[in-house]
Amino acid sequence: MTLSLKGRTYVVMGVANKRSIAWGIARSLHAAGARLIFTYAGERFKEEVRKLVDTLEDETTLLLPCDVTSDEEIEKCFAEIKEKVGTIHGIAHCIAFANKDDLSGEYMNVSREGFLLAHNISAYSLTAVARAAKDLMAEGGSIVTLTYLGGERVVQNYNIMGVAKASLDASVKYLANDLGKYGIRVNAISAGPIRTLSAKGVSDFNSILKEIEERAPLRRTTTQEEVGDAALFLFSDLSRGVTGEIIHVDSGYHILAR
Amino acid sequence: MADVLERVTKIIVDRLGVEESQVTLEASFKDDLGADSLDVVELVMELEDEFDMEISDEEAEKIVTVGDAVNYIKSRM
Repeated sequence: MTLSLKGRTYVVMGVANKRSIAWGIARSLHAAGARLIFTYAGERFKEEVRKLVDTLEDETTLLLPCDVTSDEEIEKCFAEIKEKVGTIHGIAHCIAFANKDDLSGEYMNVSREGFLLAHNISAYSLTAVARAAKDLMAEGGSIVTLTYLGGERVVQNYNIMGVAKASLDASVKYLANDLGKYGIRVNAISAGPIRTLSAKGVSDFNSILKEIEERAPLRRTTTQEEVGDAALFLFSDLSRGVTGEIIHVDSGYHILAR
Repeated sequence: MADVLERVTKIIVDRLGVEESQVTLEASFKDDLGADSLDVVELVMELEDEFDMEISDEEAEKIVTVGDAVNYIKSRM
């Protein structure tokens, strides 16, 4: 049993820029020899993702748009992947969104619209993607999504994203149960805070980072590479007995009482 | 160490894909340089890295023009 992913194809959804956790995962998978397909959220991200993908210097890489708020687009995207590569072996789902205004102050002020938007993009998209991709994972597969401690416990200002992550965590379990019989595993990585574009949307994010540095058992913040390598484990056969799991890659912060 | 304006300009040109001549002290990131709200967050992160400093949310909100960014960075150096 090795960590080589040679001859396997993975879809990485949600790279926004070089700091994206999705990009850390992509680099780990690329280093292990995997072929990668990237999906981006819209024209706004296309150029940035294209520049990053070019640095991999792998001409078998594909780049496709996929707006996860549309079932039609998701189906179209995976139909195109099927046509171009046939079988895939896994998906890294690294997608979340909430209005910036809903990521500060009191949670209870979230609007119905803001609540639904966060759940639509951050939680429902995993289920919609899993359904559309199921038939492409004919040789079995592994789906990995990104969650956060704020879905299990209250993290100041994380608010609606915490509620959406709780929904995502539950989705991981129900999807793992549905897809297990097809040899498809579904897991989540609960990463410690990392300075990404999304994280910066959370009010006073810098002080969340400081807290980790001072108090987490490993006394350091989580890196993109650490999450990438944990994802590599979840995509490889080394984790073949693991599904429906949430692995914390957070310097151990989640074990602490306040 | 290069001049602050020079370093800030390079980041803006890289990030926003604008011409160097457009990056004047009076230029507003959103109105003149075509930055959307995500671009502004990215810019702030790039500036934090380049000048090895932390820019709080409140301070970041006050940075509207190139000059605001330059002055803020100079005040912290």
